[in-house]
Amino acid sequence: MTSIYTNGDNPHFQYVLGLGDDALILGHRWSEWLSKGPNLELDIAASNLALDLIGQADLWLSYAAELQGEGKSSDDLAYLRDTHDFRCHWLTEQPNTDWGLSTARMLMFSVYQYIRYERLVNSSDERIAEIAKKALKEVTYHRRFATEWTMRLGLGTDESNRRLQKGFDTLWRFVPELFETTAWEQELADKGIAVASKDIEAEWTEVISAILAEADITMADTAGKRVIGSRHDGHHTEHLGHILAEMQFLQRAYPTAQGATW
Amino acid sequence: MQNDWDLYEVFIRSKRGLSHKHVGSVHAADGRMAIENARDLYTRRSEGESIWVIPAKEIVASDPAEGDALFGPAQDKVYRHPTFYDIPKEVGKM
Repeated sequence: MTSIYTNGDNPHFQYVLGLGDDALILGHRWSEWLSKGPNLELDIAASNLALDLIGQADLWLSYAAELQGEGKSSDDLAYLRDTHDFRCHWLTEQPNTDWGLSTARMLMFSVYQYIRYERLVNSSDERIAEIAKKALKEVTYHRRFATEWTMRLGLGTDESNRRLQKGFDTLWRFVPELFETTAWEQELADKGIAVASKDIEAEWTEVISAILAEADITMADTAGKRVIGSRHDGHHTEHLGHILAEMQFLQRAYPTAQGATW
Repeated sequence: MQNDWDLYEVFIRSKRGLSHKHVGSVHAADGRMAIENARDLYTRRSEGESIWVIPAKEIVASDPAEGDALFGPAQDKVYRHPTFYDIPKEVGKM
Protein backbone atom coordinates (compact mmCIF):
# COMPACT_ATOMS: atom_id res chain seq x y z
CA MET A 1 0.00 0.00 0.00
CA THR A 2 1.24 3.45 -0.75
CA SER A 3 0.15 6.75 0.65
CA ILE A 4 -2.35 8.91 -1.16
CA TYR A 5 -0.24 11.90 -0.18
CA THR A 6 2.98 12.06 -2.14
CA ASN A 7 5.97 12.77 0.04
CA GLY A 8 6.61 16.48 -0.26
CA ASP A 9 3.35 17.33 -2.02
CA ASN A 10 1.70 20.37 -0.39
CA PRO A 11 4.44 20.44 2.27
CA HIS A 12 2.67 23.03 4.40
CA PHE A 13 -0.29 20.63 4.79
CA GLN A 14 1.89 17.60 5.42
CA TYR A 15 3.93 19.39 8.05
CA VAL A 16 0.86 20.43 10.05
CA LEU A 17 -0.64 16.98 9.52
CA GLY A 18 2.48 15.47 11.10
CA LEU A 19 2.15 17.73 14.15
CA GLY A 20 -1.47 16.65 14.51
CA ASP A 21 -0.85 12.94 14.01
CA ASP A 22 1.89 12.89 16.64
CA ALA A 23 -0.49 14.42 19.18
CA LEU A 24 -3.40 12.21 18.14
CA ILE A 25 -1.58 8.89 18.33
CA LEU A 26 0.32 9.67 21.53
CA GLY A 27 -2.95 10.93 22.99
CA HIS A 28 -4.58 7.65 22.08
CA ARG A 29 -1.78 5.74 23.76
CA TRP A 30 -2.39 7.72 26.95
CA SER A 31 -6.13 7.07 26.75
CA GLU A 32 -5.33 3.35 26.84
CA TRP A 33 -4.22 3.75 30.46
CA LEU A 34 -7.79 4.58 31.42
CA SER A 35 -9.03 2.04 33.96
CA LYS A 36 -5.59 0.39 33.89
CA GLY A 37 -3.51 3.03 35.66
CA PRO A 38 -1.34 2.03 38.61
CA ASN A 39 -3.96 3.70 40.79
CA LEU A 40 -6.97 5.97 40.60
CA GLU A 41 -4.94 9.17 40.75
CA LEU A 42 -2.71 8.13 37.84
CA ASP A 43 -5.69 6.98 35.85
CA ILE A 44 -6.95 10.54 35.97
CA ALA A 45 -3.47 11.93 35.28
CA ALA A 46 -3.24 9.72 32.18
CA SER A 47 -6.63 10.80 30.91
CA ASN A 48 -5.64 14.45 31.39
CA LEU A 49 -2.51 13.89 29.29
CA ALA A 50 -4.64 12.15 26.67
CA LEU A 51 -7.17 14.99 26.58
CA ASP A 52 -4.45 17.64 26.28
CA LEU A 53 -2.88 15.81 23.35
CA ILE A 54 -6.14 15.00 21.58
CA GLY A 55 -7.15 18.65 22.00
CA GLN A 56 -3.89 19.65 20.31
CA ALA A 57 -4.55 17.11 17.58
CA ASP A 58 -7.95 18.68 16.96
CA LEU A 59 -6.37 22.13 16.49
CA TRP A 60 -3.57 20.89 14.23
CA LEU A 61 -5.80 18.64 12.15
CA SER A 62 -8.45 21.34 11.72
CA TYR A 63 -5.78 23.62 10.34
CA ALA A 64 -4.31 20.80 8.24
CA ALA A 65 -7.75 20.20 6.74
CA GLU A 66 -7.92 23.88 5.76
CA LEU A 67 -4.50 23.72 4.15
CA GLN A 68 -5.52 20.58 2.30
CA GLY A 69 -8.46 22.49 0.85
CA GLU A 70 -10.72 19.52 0.21
CA GLY A 71 -13.44 20.59 2.62
CA LYS A 72 -12.54 18.00 5.22
CA SER A 73 -12.73 18.32 9.02
CA SER A 74 -10.34 17.25 11.76
CA ASP A 75 -12.68 14.29 12.37
CA ASP A 76 -12.36 13.23 8.74
CA LEU A 77 -8.59 13.28 9.04
CA ALA A 78 -8.57 11.43 12.36
CA TYR A 79 -11.12 8.76 11.55
CA LEU A 80 -11.10 8.26 7.81
CA ARG A 81 -7.45 7.76 6.93
CA ASP A 82 -5.63 4.46 6.81
CA THR A 83 -2.18 3.81 8.28
CA HIS A 84 -0.22 4.78 5.16
CA ASP A 85 -1.71 8.26 5.25
CA PHE A 86 -0.65 8.94 8.82
CA ARG A 87 2.42 11.06 9.44
CA CYS A 88 3.12 10.39 13.13
CA HIS A 89 6.59 9.39 14.34
CA TRP A 90 7.05 5.68 15.03
CA LEU A 91 7.88 6.46 18.66
CA THR A 92 4.30 7.56 19.31
CA GLU A 93 2.84 4.30 17.99
CA GLN A 94 4.69 1.87 20.19
CA PRO A 95 2.44 -0.03 22.59
CA ASN A 96 2.36 0.70 26.32
CA THR A 97 3.95 -2.31 27.97
CA ASP A 98 4.19 -0.86 31.45
CA TRP A 99 4.36 2.47 33.27
CA GLY A 100 8.14 2.45 32.78
CA LEU A 101 7.91 2.46 29.00
CA SER A 102 5.11 5.03 28.98
CA THR A 103 7.21 7.26 31.21
CA ALA A 104 10.29 6.82 29.00
CA ARG A 105 8.27 7.69 25.88
CA MET A 106 6.64 10.68 27.53
CA LEU A 107 10.00 12.07 28.58
CA MET A 108 11.45 11.63 25.10
CA PHE A 109 8.43 13.03 23.34
CA SER A 110 7.38 15.82 25.68
CA VAL A 111 10.91 17.25 25.59
CA TYR A 112 10.79 16.95 21.79
CA GLN A 113 7.39 18.61 21.56
CA TYR A 114 8.42 21.29 24.02
CA ILE A 115 11.46 22.31 21.99
CA ARG A 116 9.50 22.13 18.76
CA TYR A 117 6.58 24.21 20.05
CA GLU A 118 8.87 26.70 21.75
CA ARG A 119 10.31 27.49 18.33
CA LEU A 120 7.03 27.25 16.43
CA VAL A 121 5.67 30.03 18.65
CA ASN A 122 7.77 32.28 16.38
CA SER A 123 6.56 30.72 13.14
CA SER A 124 5.83 33.15 10.31
CA ASP A 125 2.54 31.25 9.92
CA GLU A 126 0.36 32.90 12.57
CA ARG A 127 -1.95 29.94 12.85
CA ILE A 128 0.92 27.59 13.64
CA ALA A 129 2.30 30.11 16.14
CA GLU A 130 -1.08 30.45 17.84
CA ILE A 131 -1.62 26.68 18.25
CA ALA A 132 1.96 26.16 19.40
CA LYS A 133 1.53 28.85 22.04
CA LYS A 134 -1.53 27.18 23.50
CA ALA A 135 -0.03 23.69 23.32
CA LEU A 136 3.26 24.80 24.86
CA LYS A 137 1.59 25.38 28.25
CA GLU A 138 0.25 21.84 28.26
CA VAL A 139 3.50 20.31 27.10
CA THR A 140 5.39 22.21 29.79
CA TYR A 141 3.34 20.27 32.32
CA HIS A 142 3.79 17.00 30.42
CA ARG A 143 7.55 17.49 30.53
CA ARG A 144 7.40 18.14 34.25
CA PHE A 145 5.22 15.06 34.82
CA ALA A 146 7.54 12.86 32.75
CA THR A 147 10.68 14.24 34.40
CA GLU A 148 9.28 13.63 37.88
CA TRP A 149 8.36 10.06 36.99
CA THR A 150 11.74 9.44 35.37
CA MET A 151 13.45 10.49 38.61
CA ARG A 152 11.05 8.53 40.75
CA LEU A 153 11.42 5.27 38.81
CA GLY A 154 15.11 5.72 38.03
CA LEU A 155 16.03 6.38 41.65
CA GLY A 156 13.31 4.20 43.19
CA THR A 157 13.82 0.48 43.59
CA ASP A 158 15.93 -1.96 41.55
CA GLU A 159 12.80 -3.06 39.76
CA SER A 160 11.55 0.44 38.94
CA ASN A 161 14.99 1.36 37.58
CA ARG A 162 15.14 -1.84 35.54
CA ARG A 163 11.71 -1.28 34.02
CA LEU A 164 12.38 2.34 33.15
CA GLN A 165 15.73 1.41 31.63
CA LYS A 166 14.01 -1.29 29.61
CA GLY A 167 11.50 1.28 28.36
CA PHE A 168 14.29 3.54 27.16
CA ASP A 169 16.22 0.60 25.67
CA THR A 170 13.12 -0.47 23.71
CA LEU A 171 12.44 3.02 22.40
CA TRP A 172 15.91 4.35 21.53
CA ARG A 173 15.73 2.86 18.05
CA PHE A 174 12.95 5.35 17.23
CA VAL A 175 14.88 8.43 18.34
CA PRO A 176 16.85 9.12 15.13
CA GLU A 177 13.58 9.46 13.21
CA LEU A 178 12.65 12.43 15.39
CA PHE A 179 15.45 14.44 13.83
CA GLU A 180 15.26 13.35 10.21
CA THR A 181 14.67 16.37 8.04
CA THR A 182 13.26 16.15 4.55
CA ALA A 183 14.21 18.63 1.86
CA TRP A 184 10.73 20.09 1.94
CA GLU A 185 10.74 20.50 5.70
CA GLN A 186 14.01 22.37 5.36
CA GLU A 187 12.42 24.63 2.75
CA LEU A 188 9.50 25.36 5.07
CA ALA A 189 11.98 26.07 7.85
CA ASP A 190 13.93 28.44 5.59
CA LYS A 191 10.70 30.37 5.07
CA GLY A 192 10.24 30.59 8.85
CA ILE A 193 7.10 28.43 8.79
CA ALA A 194 8.45 25.19 10.26
CA VAL A 195 11.27 23.97 12.47
CA ALA A 196 13.85 21.76 10.78
CA SER A 197 13.92 18.66 12.98
CA LYS A 198 17.68 18.27 12.77
CA ASP A 199 18.10 21.72 14.34
CA ILE A 200 16.62 20.61 17.64
CA GLU A 201 18.61 17.40 18.09
CA ALA A 202 21.47 18.97 20.04
CA GLU A 203 19.17 20.70 22.52
CA TRP A 204 17.05 17.56 22.94
CA THR A 205 20.09 15.38 23.56
CA GLU A 206 21.45 17.84 26.09
CA VAL A 207 18.19 18.03 28.05
CA ILE A 208 17.55 14.28 27.98
CA SER A 209 21.09 13.27 28.89
CA ALA A 210 21.10 15.62 31.87
CA ILE A 211 17.82 14.16 33.19
CA LEU A 212 18.88 10.56 32.59
CA ALA A 213 22.27 11.04 34.24
CA GLU A 214 20.48 12.28 37.34
CA ALA A 215 17.96 9.41 37.18
CA ASP A 216 20.67 6.76 36.90
CA ILE A 217 19.53 5.65 33.42
CA THR A 218 21.88 4.83 30.57
CA MET A 219 21.43 6.38 27.13
CA ALA A 220 21.89 4.28 24.04
CA ASP A 221 24.10 5.43 21.22
CA THR A 222 21.96 5.94 18.14
CA ALA A 223 24.60 7.71 16.10
CA GLY A 224 24.32 6.75 12.45
CA LYS A 225 21.21 4.64 12.97
CA ARG A 226 17.90 5.28 11.29
CA VAL A 227 14.53 3.63 10.91
CA ILE A 228 13.94 1.71 7.70
CA GLY A 229 11.19 3.40 5.81
CA SER A 230 9.73 6.84 6.24
CA ARG A 231 6.54 8.14 7.75
CA HIS A 232 6.52 10.62 4.88
CA ASP A 233 6.03 7.72 2.48
CA GLY A 234 3.35 6.21 4.71
CA HIS A 235 5.55 3.59 6.37
CA HIS A 236 4.80 2.69 9.98
CA THR A 237 5.27 -0.09 12.49
CA GLU A 238 2.53 -2.71 12.68
CA HIS A 239 1.19 -1.14 15.88
CA LEU A 240 -0.40 1.85 14.15
CA GLY A 241 -2.88 -0.43 12.37
CA HIS A 242 -4.03 -1.85 15.68
CA ILE A 243 -4.51 1.63 17.12
CA LEU A 244 -6.61 2.70 14.15
CA ALA A 245 -8.68 -0.49 14.29
CA GLU A 246 -9.72 0.52 17.77
CA MET A 247 -9.83 4.29 17.36
CA GLN A 248 -11.73 4.32 14.07
CA PHE A 249 -14.05 1.38 14.68
CA LEU A 250 -17.14 3.34 15.62
CA GLN A 251 -16.86 5.79 12.75
CA ARG A 252 -16.22 2.98 10.26
CA ALA A 253 -19.05 0.79 11.53
CA TYR A 254 -21.56 3.62 11.91
CA PRO A 255 -20.47 6.28 9.40
CA THR A 256 -23.37 8.61 10.16
CA ALA A 257 -22.99 8.47 13.95
CA GLN A 258 -22.55 11.82 15.67
CA GLY A 259 -20.64 11.82 18.94
CA ALA A 260 -19.83 14.40 21.53
CA THR A 261 -17.12 16.77 20.38
CA TRP A 262 -13.87 16.81 22.25
CA MET B 1 1.34 -0.60 45.03
CA GLN B 2 -1.22 1.84 46.33
CA ASN B 3 -0.82 0.35 49.81
CA ASP B 4 2.70 1.71 49.95
CA TRP B 5 1.58 5.22 49.22
CA ASP B 6 0.71 7.83 51.79
CA LEU B 7 -2.56 9.69 51.95
CA TYR B 8 -2.26 13.44 51.49
CA GLU B 9 -4.97 15.94 52.38
CA VAL B 10 -5.48 18.54 49.67
CA PHE B 11 -6.21 22.24 50.19
CA ILE B 12 -7.07 24.50 47.28
CA ARG B 13 -7.17 28.29 47.16
CA SER B 14 -9.69 29.28 44.55
CA LYS B 15 -8.74 32.97 44.32
CA ARG B 16 -6.01 35.26 45.49
CA GLY B 17 -7.01 36.72 48.85
CA LEU B 18 -9.10 33.76 49.93
CA SER B 19 -7.75 31.06 52.20
CA HIS B 20 -6.96 27.47 51.21
CA LYS B 21 -9.89 25.14 51.75
CA HIS B 22 -9.86 21.42 52.31
CA VAL B 23 -11.23 19.67 49.21
CA GLY B 24 -10.31 16.01 49.67
CA SER B 25 -7.34 13.70 49.58
CA VAL B 26 -5.04 11.83 47.18
CA HIS B 27 -2.61 8.95 47.41
CA ALA B 28 0.99 9.70 46.44
CA ALA B 29 4.51 8.46 46.99
CA ASP B 30 5.87 11.93 47.76
CA GLY B 31 4.83 15.55 48.05
CA ARG B 32 5.54 16.50 44.43
CA MET B 33 3.45 13.59 43.21
CA ALA B 34 0.70 14.61 45.60
CA ILE B 35 0.67 18.10 44.05
CA GLU B 36 0.46 16.63 40.55
CA ASN B 37 -2.29 14.21 41.52
CA ALA B 38 -4.21 16.97 43.28
CA ARG B 39 -3.77 19.21 40.24
CA ASP B 40 -5.28 16.55 37.99
CA LEU B 41 -8.03 15.59 40.40
CA TYR B 42 -9.15 18.89 41.86
CA THR B 43 -8.21 21.75 39.53
CA ARG B 44 -9.03 20.48 36.06
CA ARG B 45 -12.06 22.73 35.84
CA SER B 46 -10.20 25.85 36.94
CA GLU B 47 -11.14 25.45 40.59
CA GLY B 48 -7.93 26.86 41.93
CA GLU B 49 -4.72 28.80 41.62
CA SER B 50 -2.79 27.36 44.55
CA ILE B 51 -2.52 23.89 46.08
CA TRP B 52 -1.31 22.73 49.48
CA VAL B 53 -0.88 19.06 50.27
CA ILE B 54 -0.23 17.72 53.75
CA PRO B 55 0.50 14.11 54.71
CA ALA B 56 -2.69 12.97 56.45
CA LYS B 57 -0.63 11.27 59.14
CA GLU B 58 0.91 14.62 60.11
CA ILE B 59 -2.44 16.09 61.03
CA VAL B 60 -3.11 16.15 64.75
CA ALA B 61 -6.85 15.92 65.35
CA SER B 62 -8.96 16.45 68.43
CA ASP B 63 -10.43 13.34 69.98
CA PRO B 64 -14.23 13.10 69.62
CA ALA B 65 -14.33 11.50 73.09
CA GLU B 66 -13.02 14.77 74.50
CA GLY B 67 -15.67 16.77 72.72
CA ASP B 68 -17.52 17.71 75.90
CA ALA B 69 -14.42 18.93 77.66
CA LEU B 70 -13.16 20.87 74.67
CA PHE B 71 -16.33 22.37 73.27
CA GLY B 72 -19.02 22.02 75.93
CA PRO B 73 -17.90 24.94 78.11
CA ALA B 74 -18.44 27.39 75.27
CA GLN B 75 -22.07 26.55 74.94
CA ASP B 76 -23.43 28.51 77.93
CA LYS B 77 -21.36 31.64 77.38
CA VAL B 78 -23.74 33.57 75.23
CA TYR B 79 -22.06 36.84 76.14
CA ARG B 80 -19.18 35.84 73.87
CA HIS B 81 -21.42 36.18 70.86
CA PRO B 82 -21.68 39.70 69.50
CA THR B 83 -25.48 39.53 69.49
CA PHE B 84 -25.88 42.21 72.18
CA TYR B 85 -24.49 45.01 70.11
CA ASP B 86 -26.36 47.21 67.70
CA ILE B 87 -24.37 47.28 64.55
CA PRO B 88 -24.44 50.59 62.71
CA LYS B 89 -25.99 50.31 59.29
CA GLU B 90 -22.90 51.71 57.58
CA VAL B 91 -20.90 48.65 58.63
CA GLY B 92 -22.98 46.45 56.38
CA LYS B 93 -23.00 42.69 56.54
CA MET B 94 -20.62 41.15 59.06
